[in-house]
Amino acid sequence: MSNSAKAEAVLALHRFGMGPRPGSIAAIGTDPRGALIAELDRPLALTGAASLPSSAKAYRTVADANARRTARAKQAQQQAKKQQMAAAQVASGEQGQAQSEAQAPAQGEVKDAAEMAAKQAADAIPDPGRAIYLEEAKLRTEAALAADIGFAERLVWFWSNHFCVSANRIRSMSGAYEREVVRANALGRFVDLLLAAESHPAMLFYLDNLESMGANSTAGINRSRGLNENFAREIMELHTLGVRTGYTQDDVISFANVLTGWTLVPPGADPNHGGEFTFNPRLHEPGGQTVLGKRYEQEDAEQGRAVLRDLAAHPATATHVATKLARHFVADEPPPALVEQLAKSFRDTEGDLKQVAIAMVSSDDAWRGPPAKLKRPGEWGAGMVRATGITAVDPVRYTAGQELLGEPLWRPSMPKGYPDDEVSWIDGVGRRLDVANYFAERLAGMADPQAIIEDVFASQIAIEVKQAVGRAESRQQALALLFMSADFQRR
Amino acid sequence: MGFEHHLPTRRELLVGSGALFAWSQMPRIARAEGRDPRLLVIVLRGALDGLGAVAPVGDPDWISLRGDRALLLDGKPPALPLDAFFALNPAMPNLHRLYKSGKAAIVHATATPYRERSHFDGQDVLESGFTKPGATASGWLNRALLAMESGGRVDPRGSRALSIGSVTPLVVRGAAPVMTWVPQKLLPASEDTQNRLLDLYQHTDPKLATVLQARMRLASLGGAPGAGDPMSDDPTLAPPGIARVRAYFAEAAGTAARYLAKPDGPRVGAMGFVGWDTHIAEGAASGQLYNLLGALDGAFAAIESNLGEAWKETVVAVVTEFGRTARINGTQGTDHGTATVAFLMGGGLAGGRVIADWPGLKPAQLFEDRDLKPTTDLRAVLKGLLRDHLRVEEKVLAETVFPGSTEVRPMGGLVG
Repeated sequence: MSNSAKAEAVLALHRFGMGPRPGSIAAIGTDPRGALIAELDRPLALTGAASLPSSAKAYRTVADANARRTARAKQAQQQAKKQQMAAAQVASGEQGQAQSEAQAPAQGEVKDAAEMAAKQAADAIPDPGRAIYLEEAKLRTEAALAADIGFAERLVWFWSNHFCVSANRIRSMSGAYEREVVRANALGRFVDLLLAAESHPAMLFYLDNLESMGANSTAGINRSRGLNENFAREIMELHTLGVRTGYTQDDVISFANVLTGWTLVPPGADPNHGGEFTFNPRLHEPGGQTVLGKRYEQEDAEQGRAVLRDLAAHPATATHVATKLARHFVADEPPPALVEQLAKSFRDTEGDLKQVAIAMVSSDDAWRGPPAKLKRPGEWGAGMVRATGITAVDPVRYTAGQELLGEPLWRPSMPKGYPDDEVSWIDGVGRRLDVANYFAERLAGMADPQAIIEDVFASQIAIEVKQAVGRAESRQQALALLFMSADFQRR
Repeated sequence: MGFEHHLPTRRELLVGSGALFAWSQMPRIARAEGRDPRLLVIVLRGALDGLGAVAPVGDPDWISLRGDRALLLDGKPPALPLDAFFALNPAMPNLHRLYKSGKAAIVHATATPYRERSHFDGQDVLESGFTKPGATASGWLNRALLAMESGGRVDPRGSRALSIGSVTPLVVRGAAPVMTWVPQKLLPASEDTQNRLLDLYQHTDPKLATVLQARMRLASLGGAPGAGDPMSDDPTLAPPGIARVRAYFAEAAGTAARYLAKPDGPRVGAMGFVGWDTHIAEGAASGQLYNLLGALDGAFAAIESNLGEAWKETVVAVVTEFGRTARINGTQGTDHGTATVAFLMGGGLAGGRVIADWPGLKPAQLFEDRDLKPTTDLRAVLKGLLRDHLRVEEKVLAETVFPGSTEVRPMGGLVG
């Protein structure tokens, strides 16, 4: 393999994939672009996902546990109070006279003891949400570590971030959301991805649509409550058209009215379907609505679906998606020609996301620039582990590491998701050194830095890095320097 | 970031080192003598500057060699006198006290048979006990244990070495089983690692260099989050700092001592400390090396106090892969050299002396006109300890433990 072929293979693995693994450069070296495209034909399903609960099931499991916790706590509290009162009566009986203040248990003591008993009883029932989150995290991470290149996985990460929800609010569902919505549609049509995301209970929960009701809906009139605009606004601003693309406040309100009634089946209400999406007509604003100049007269969830279909097909959406994709994969300031190419592909194929991905890696503009993108923490971390050939993770440690690096899994601080530019992440490089040093220490007995440079990087790394690694005082230091090098952090 | 490795956790180790292996881990011959000897080996990775640790203040060429960086008896701070010729780095009062009470010795101008200057190869020779790097995947201490076992000296069910740290040092790797204890406190990326990374960035990525520099400046001001709490259990939040290094050294060494002290614990152990590759701003009298030697001195104190009664029957050998250049380089550091010092200590030691066949410091007396010349084979020292302390036979030492070392006679009289 020539050096230039090796260099393109390395770039392919860093820029579009999860980073090289032992042997991966040789495997794709003859045709990196073809290999990237070929990976898109492989199934995106997670190995081992059959054992994971659906989002609705996960939600019900957590709700059930919470209900049991509450019940147990109440029970324990009552018992503790009874015992205290009984003890007090015995004490006063022994005295054979009227109970004095000093002899009776103080009101506060009874309350404290009861509360402690309640807390203990509740804590005895573990929260199943954490276990589910960790299992989801484990399988997701291992998919990234085991992928040949990881282009398809990177696309899953990209779309998961584009249509993000936060595990801070819906931990039990966050992994299943990604599987049910993103994995199922990341290489399909954008409109299907959009419809799946916006009708998913996790998203409705996250963007506050569960309780949103039309002012003139049955529930709205009876309860004097009304609309929540958040969901409609974020769909237009973040998920489809992009900010400042011509929609007005009236459009937001109309669209929010359209989306009233999009909610979920209460988890306790139905043992089989609790936590699933449902359209509740009692919450829905009756009548037609005008969004972006078009009238929607449908009466039920079809009204919302029709608006979403039109938003998916809007040219602004094509440009928004194209810009984000190019910024994520290629450069903070992506070449305008590349953005236009991707937008055209999006429009021409009616949002066929696999075709857009193919258009991206087929364009010379996507390969031309220097590897100047600073990897996001998750990409960098996965790349570091992949370079060592490890494919299994301890999810507790791994997620703790991601949190330290400022990109906790499925926990962006805002609906906009994690940012994709250098300025947002570069200050975290010092923290990365701590993590690299920690990882290198644990790994120094089994990973050979020279072998990583030769086998994993085909020596496609700056001469200064080779020298620094060669002169390091220990394997730990050599590995830490290698993982922290610009060759490893930029793509 | 955490990843799955198959290292025993603290809890697993406690189970593994419990009653199961009981009394059986002590050398049987020594036991017949009524002794229960322990040996702990500490490898200083990165090549310690022996002249910066133990200065030949009586050598007429010393000051001209190191100039204003030379440790002196009337320096600031003053070096600690050992004898008429040598003085100890002022960062090591514990070692000085032990030395004065006869429980520590220093071997100077010593080296393994390795004469090149690669850390990895030098460490391989030091720990494998072979004369060339890459010859074997086992270490001399492990083979010594195995030899005692096969000779019927220890119960084969019980022979076991202790490894402290995430990385099992080669010196204890091998056929005899090793149990591992991983400290909960993590060693932060050292100042040296940061400096090297900064240098790398300055040549390859100025933006990253700027960020790293800012962080280092912040850490030096003590202003970074977590900086105030060197004992913090959070492994990665606190910035690197000598306080954390000190805490790590003391915890790791103290734990090793606690295991060796147990009646049913292992009898040999090994651990490594990194950070000794001082190319830039070595700071023997105040700075990087001074700080590290101080941390090492704290580790010695932790070993002594955690061994309790077992201190009397313990020998600790502190070794490094090679020394450093005799002269200071252009960046106030030292480069890879040859001969250096080894520290020996323990209640079982016949110490209170510096063991050295001093080669001198005149240019012609230096090795290749640059390094302290090796005059004592480190293997002689180690063989002496193994023979007289653990009772490993000389023939086994020459053939199996340090193959091809028949000519290197074990040094006698090290243990009392």
